[in-house]
Amino acid sequence: MSLADSDHELVVEELGREPTPAEAALFENLWSEHCAYRSSRPLLSAFESEGDQVVIGPGDDAAVVALPESEDEDEDEGGNEGADTEGDDTQTYITMGIESHNHPSYVDPFDGAATGVGGIVRDTLSMGAYPIALADSLYFGEFDREHSKYLFEGVVEGISHYGNCIGVPTVAGSVDFHADYEGNPLVNVACVGLTNEERLVTAEAQEPGNKLVLVGNATGRDGLGGASFASEDLAEDAETEDRPAVQVGDPYAEKLLIEANEQLVDDGLIESARDLGAAGLGGASSELVAKGGLGAHIELERVHQREPNMSALEILLAESQERMCYEVDPENVDRVAEIAARFDLGCSVIGEVTEGNYVCTFEGSEARSASDDSSGDDGEPRERETVVDVDAYFLGEGAPMNDLPSEEPAEPDTDLPDADLTEAFDAVVSSPNTASKRWVYRQYDHEVGVRTSVGPGDDAAIIAVREANTGLAISSGAAPHWTTTAPYDGARAIALENATNIAAKGATPLAAVDCLNGGNPEKPDVYGGFTGIVDGLADMCETLSTPVVGGNVSLYNDSVAGPIPPTPTLAMVGTKDGYDAPPLEVQPTAEGESELLLVGDLALESDAFSLGGSEYLAQFDGSDQFPALPSDEQAADLVGTLASVADDEATLAVHDVSHGGLVVALAEMITDDAGLDISLPDVSDPAGALFHEQPGRAVIQTESPAAVRDAFDTVAPVVSLGAATANGTLSLTVDDETITADATEIRDLRSTIEDELE
Amino acid sequence: MTVSIIRFGGSNCDRDAERALSHLDIDAEIVWHEDGLPADTTGIVLPGGFSYGDYLRAGAMAARSPIMAEVRDAAADGTPVLGVCNGAQVGCESGLTDGAFTTNESARFQCEHVYLRVERDDTLWTAAYDEGDVIEIPIAHGEGRYEISEERLAELEDDDRVLFRYCDEDGEPSAEANPNGSKHNVAGILGDRETVAVLMPHPERATLPDVGPTDGQGVLRGFESA
Repeated sequence: MSLADSDHELVVEELGREPTPAEAALFENLWSEHCAYRSSRPLLSAFESEGDQVVIGPGDDAAVVALPESEDEDEDEGGNEGADTEGDDTQTYITMGIESHNHPSYVDPFDGAATGVGGIVRDTLSMGAYPIALADSLYFGEFDREHSKYLFEGVVEGISHYGNCIGVPTVAGSVDFHADYEGNPLVNVACVGLTNEERLVTAEAQEPGNKLVLVGNATGRDGLGGASFASEDLAEDAETEDRPAVQVGDPYAEKLLIEANEQLVDDGLIESARDLGAAGLGGASSELVAKGGLGAHIELERVHQREPNMSALEILLAESQERMCYEVDPENVDRVAEIAARFDLGCSVIGEVTEGNYVCTFEGSEARSASDDSSGDDGEPRERETVVDVDAYFLGEGAPMNDLPSEEPAEPDTDLPDADLTEAFDAVVSSPNTASKRWVYRQYDHEVGVRTSVGPGDDAAIIAVREANTGLAISSGAAPHWTTTAPYDGARAIALENATNIAAKGATPLAAVDCLNGGNPEKPDVYGGFTGIVDGLADMCETLSTPVVGGNVSLYNDSVAGPIPPTPTLAMVGTKDGYDAPPLEVQPTAEGESELLLVGDLALESDAFSLGGSEYLAQFDGSDQFPALPSDEQAADLVGTLASVADDEATLAVHDVSHGGLVVALAEMITDDAGLDISLPDVSDPAGALFHEQPGRAVIQTESPAAVRDAFDTVAPVVSLGAATANGTLSLTVDDETITADATEIRDLRSTIEDELE
Repeated sequence: MTVSIIRFGGSNCDRDAERALSHLDIDAEIVWHEDGLPADTTGIVLPGGFSYGDYLRAGAMAARSPIMAEVRDAAADGTPVLGVCNGAQVGCESGLTDGAFTTNESARFQCEHVYLRVERDDTLWTAAYDEGDVIEIPIAHGEGRYEISEERLAELEDDDRVLFRYCDEDGEPSAEANPNGSKHNVAGILGDRETVAVLMPHPERATLPDVGPTDGQGVLRGFESA
């Protein structure tokens, strides 16, 4: 891939000359789809990114959101990182970011996924924050394919290796399998960080004359051209051909960088910061100064290097990991260098912020080696070459946007299978999509940091932010079957589903970041689907008053096997007082002491079901319309009401109903000590009732059913499902058919992934 | 009275230990390994994490850092030393305790809650429990399988040096309840002096009542009597 002809013409017009090879490479990378969002930016204005709580919205390394003011803060118990407020009333902030590492994870699953974690954590550091939680949403081809399993195992191991080592808990996420990810898996990683208004740093250069300091790993020839590699379809030979474009991470260096960054921020030594990601030093340093409306002069040979004889271009574009670029006041440079040395990190002062162009000069090794023998003694000055001299803003923001043709997705036909209910129960509950993900999250350290009150395997995780006396709920995921069936409504459903997850733990949504994954946007049907997921996600988030404060776009997820399903991963956070939440599992109670209610099921109320997008149809090869969703008003009220009911004292258990439908939710609630006796009389379509996947539903076990009905009156339908039992068995009667399974049988069904991979 | 929590490059449970000890009103501070052991140290925590990125072998490089000579001297003088997870690996590598913690039988990292049986209640680390008590504490490690020669383990068992064993909910140290294949289900062990102990499970993660079980408090309270 090289600079397109039309881009080349624009660049020549702006510069008034031919670009140098280094400039051409910079433009090629920074104007790539991956960096410049040329096909997606015109769509992204659909997102509402503002709100009272939003401190910094999209466009920086990570978004910054204020946590609600709490009344009484905990006493300082030591160990505070990221927001040591010293008892004053400094407001606590969180940072949120999400990143995709899709193509690298196909080529090299272990290193590709690991460096994805590293990148999003450094985006957190850039804001002066300490990373406190990770969530990752992963998508692979069909689980029974050997290649899918190979990628799945490698990706999980890579995340485990990197995330565990740097001591950031992985608390939430999702794993989905779908045939259309076969040639192009997705790895989406989100990170939440903790900071406060005093510590906040941005990626906006502040003052000409300040020094630019590079801290972290030495630069080598790894990951060259990663941004442009991420902006093309994956070729058939990508596994071998593109391996050099994948970086290798060193989590030990990242951990040192986290701690060094923490001290630099604590000591107030940083004016602005940007992590080195796509397009390496060239990307980070030019974006930093462009954002401040400034320029820079960088002397590339000053960069600490791992390999001899690197060219200017290699130093500029290498994507060597674990590096940060800081803007530092000249009088603080020595202290920054001391802190870097204390953490055994390399450090070089590579140039300074200027008011002019973005300029890189190089006293090259070629010049050196050519003259070394002769010049060593006679002291001839070495040649200094100007390799880049462009306007930083033009480099960062000058890429023209694409106006691509788009085709409306087709409506699905209705073609329903006629499966035996018990057989369908077994198939759906044991599907890798709905089965237990314990095999995955057991490999992630989800408790380091001693903040994890609710961990993975639940509807949402809860992290204790003691600095603000606030429980932070985190949910992350998408649903490929939903968005394949109906891109727009499927994406709306994904937003509602994440919000329902958060509400099921008694929290209300605060903000979200998205990772929009699509195929080749030059295909009108792919672009049409992508447009649908963007609009759907934006509309439902706005309905739920949840600002989308940042995100990532990954297009060209296309291979010889075709495009991926349009996949809008949403990572949403919510807040609540305290860190406790009702359990997902049903609690054993004496007869008549509690009742199980299903709230929000519109289809059950009207006795008309749509199975489109369901795991049931995926298992039995059918198709149908996507279910009708609640109205905007109902959706917003439902989330708020569910959050308050979840925290009611009479509430014993709450579980969100989504993937796999009602049966999966009920099966997941069964334990050895508690079962459920469920009856759904007068249902015209038992399979529809059990397996449809309308989001915005929850099962609630309560001691005061009347109060729950009152709370949801005019908000959402409430249906009595039955009662808890003490026998550890699910007994589910629909119409005149009964499905029975005990806790052991359910565990066996749900252990599909462990059984295969252990 | 100050407990020094030794932070190596790559330690990641140092803040957690500080937070947990502070919760128990035990004075503690994090000490960067290059700064040496403070003179007022009355107890030492070797925290969990991935010191030196687990390069070479888990705990091997930290065990050879200069501060560990000071830690060994302090331990020999009776200063309580507790090694947790990576700190346990450092403890074994530096000769504070016998045996080694090596790759889990599953060959994977495992983060989960396990049950431990308290093997004796007359040490400062277990005075809060009764012998035979079953406590719930999380593990989070890829290299936690306790390995030692049968002969040496028999000697240690004869000396009552095994502090905790992995067990089921009823206190039975069964093979099923052994998460990593540790020899004789050993989860924690004493050094030459009873004031030195290492264990793979994380008591500091089972101390703060606002995030879960608190069965680990008793282990950390060992520093109270120091």
